[in-house]
Amino acid sequence: MSLIADYGSVLLILACTFGFFMAWGVGANDVANAMGTSVGSRALTIKQAILIAMVFEFCGAYLAGGEVTETIKNGIVDATIITPDLMVLGMMSALLAAGTWLLIATAKGWPVSTTHSIVGAVIGFAAVGVSMDAVHWSAIGPIVASWVVTPFLSGLVAFGLFMSVQKLIIDTDAPFRNAKRFVPFYMFLTGFMVALMTVTKGLKHVGLHLSGNQGVLLALGIGVLVMLLGMTILSRIQVDAEADKTFHYASVEKVFAVLMVFTACSMAFAHGANDVANAVGPLAAIVGVIESQGAAAVGAKAAVPGWVLLLGAVGIVIGLATYGYKVIATIGKEITELTPSRGFAAELATASTVVGASAIGLPVSTTHTLVGAVLGIGIARGIGALNLGVIGSIFVSWIVTLPAGAILAILFFGILRTVFG
Amino acid sequence: MPTNPFISLFGRSPIGPMQQHIAKAHECASHLVPLFEAVMAQDWARVEREQQEMVRLEKEADQLKKSVRIHLPKSLFLPVPRSDLLELLSVQDKVANRAKDIAGLMLGRQMVIPATLQPLMLTYVQRCVDASAQALKAMNELDELLEAGFAGREASQVVTMVEELEGIEEDTDRLQIEVRRALFKLESQLPPVDVMFLYTVIEWVGEVADRAERVGGRLEQLLAR
Repeated sequence: MSLIADYGSVLLILACTFGFFMAWGVGANDVANAMGTSVGSRALTIKQAILIAMVFEFCGAYLAGGEVTETIKNGIVDATIITPDLMVLGMMSALLAAGTWLLIATAKGWPVSTTHSIVGAVIGFAAVGVSMDAVHWSAIGPIVASWVVTPFLSGLVAFGLFMSVQKLIIDTDAPFRNAKRFVPFYMFLTGFMVALMTVTKGLKHVGLHLSGNQGVLLALGIGVLVMLLGMTILSRIQVDAEADKTFHYASVEKVFAVLMVFTACSMAFAHGANDVANAVGPLAAIVGVIESQGAAAVGAKAAVPGWVLLLGAVGIVIGLATYGYKVIATIGKEITELTPSRGFAAELATASTVVGASAIGLPVSTTHTLVGAVLGIGIARGIGALNLGVIGSIFVSWIVTLPAGAILAILFFGILRTVFG
Repeated sequence: MPTNPFISLFGRSPIGPMQQHIAKAHECASHLVPLFEAVMAQDWARVEREQQEMVRLEKEADQLKKSVRIHLPKSLFLPVPRSDLLELLSVQDKVANRAKDIAGLMLGRQMVIPATLQPLMLTYVQRCVDASAQALKAMNELDELLEAGFAGREASQVVTMVEELEGIEEDTDRLQIEVRRALFKLESQLPPVDVMFLYTVIEWVGEVADRAERVGGRLEQLLAR
C-alpha cells in the first residue's frame, strides 16, 4: 500500500491529466463523425453543430455516462486479482496508451474508434502486466460481438426509418403536407427515446431515483415537449415553389432539416453518454482506489463520482472546441450525398442504438454504428453511391486498434512501474 | 491530408453527372432545327456555325460520359445496377453522336432539300428533337427517383413520361414514312446521289428519336427491380 500512501496526490493529478487527455482525444475525433452528417446535409451550419455538440455531449456524458463507465472500470478486468497499486498504474497506462493511439491515428487519418482503443489498452495491461486470469474474457465476448451487432442493428433501424419516410411522406400525393404532419412524430420519438434511456438508467448519480413507471411518464412528457417545440418551428416553414421546380422534394427536405436539428442533439447526447466512459472509466477506477487509500475492495461497485464525469465531459467539449471543429468542417463539406431525410434516419438510428447500448453498459463505437446506419439506408436504395471498398479499411481498423492499444498500454505500464516502482 | 474513412464511405453519386450528360446530348440534338433551317436557306456560313456548335457539344458530352465512367468503380454500391446505368449512359451519348453525324453530312455534301419537301422535313426534325427533349425531361426525374428510393409514385410518374416518349417516337416513325413518300415522288427529278444521301439523312434523323426512346427504355429498366 505504500505506493498509494506515498504518491497518492501525485498519482491522482497524473491520472486526471491522462483522463483529460483521453477525453480531449474523444472530443477531437469521434464527435466530428457524429456531427458531420448534419453539417453535410446542410441542416446545420458548422457553428450550430459545434454549439449543439458542446451542450448535448456534455449533458449526455454527465447525465447518462455512468453505466458504460462501470463496464470499463469493472467489467473488463477482474479487480479482485489485481492489487490496488497495479490497478492505479495499469489504468493510468491504459488512458495514456489510448490517448496516444488516438493522437497518432488522428495525425495519420486512420479510422480508429476511441472505444476500441481503451478496451484494447485495458485488456493489454491486465493480461500481460498482471496475468491472463485478470481479464474477464467472458465479458469481452459481448463487447466484440457488439461491434458487429450494433452496426447491423442501427442499419436495420435506419432501413426501417427510411422506409417509413417513403411510405408516409415521399410516396404520397402531398409530400409537403404529410411531412409537416408526420415529422413531429419522429421528433417525439427522438425526445422520448433519449429521455427514456437517460431517466431510467443514467440519473442515479445526480441523485434522482425514479421508478420504472415514473421514468416512462417523464420520458413521454419530454417527448411531447420536444414534439411541441418542433411543431412551433415547423409552422414557420413554407413551400419554396422556386426550389421545387428543379427538385420536387426541396420543400419537403426543408422540413426534414428541422427534424435533423433534433436528431443531431440526440446523436451528440448518445455519443457523450457512451464515449465519455472511455476516458472516465479508468479514471473512476483510479479515483476509487486512491480515495479509499487502497483499502476498499477494488472491485466494489461504487457510483462514479460526479466530478469525474464532469472532468470527462469538459475534456470532450474542449477537444471539440480546439480540434474537432476542423474535422467537422471537412466532413461537413464532403458529405453531400446525404439529404436531411436520410441524414435524420442515420442519426436517429445511431443515437437509438448507442443510447440503448449505453443503458445496458455496453461500450460501442459510435462511428461504426453510424456507418452501419448509412449502409442500411444505402441498401434501401436511398443513397446515390456508397464506396464499399472503405468498409475494408474500417474493418482493418477494428482489428488493428485492439492490439495497438494493448501494446502501448503494456509499454506505458512498464515505464510507470519503473518510475513508481 | 489523410481523408476520413467516413467521408470516403460516400462515393460520388452518378445521378447528377448523368443528368448533365443527357442535357448536353439534348442540347446538341436541339441544334438540328436551326441547322435544317440554315440548310434550307442555303446559308452555308450559318450551317457551319451550327455544325461547329454541335461538334463542340458532342465533345463535351463525351467528356462527361468519360468522367461518369471513371467515377463508377466496381466497389461502388449504387441504388441501381451499375451495368444498367452504364448502358443508359452510352445510349444517351449516341443521341448526340447521331445528331453530330447529320450535321457533318449535310455540311460536307452541301445538301439541298427540295422546296416542296421542306415544311414536312422541318416538322419531322422538330418532332425528333421533341423526343430527345422528352428523354431529358424523364432523366431530370432521376434525382427525385433517388429521393423516392426508385419506387412508388415517382417511379410510375417516370413510366408515364417514358410512355409519352414512346408516343412521340411513333409520331416520328409516321412522319418518316411521309417524308420518304414525298421524296420518292420527287426522286426522278433529282440527282440520284443526292437522293441517296437524302434518304440517309432522313434515316439518321429518325435514329435520333429512336435513340432518345431507348434512353427511356433503359430508364424504365432501372426501375424494373
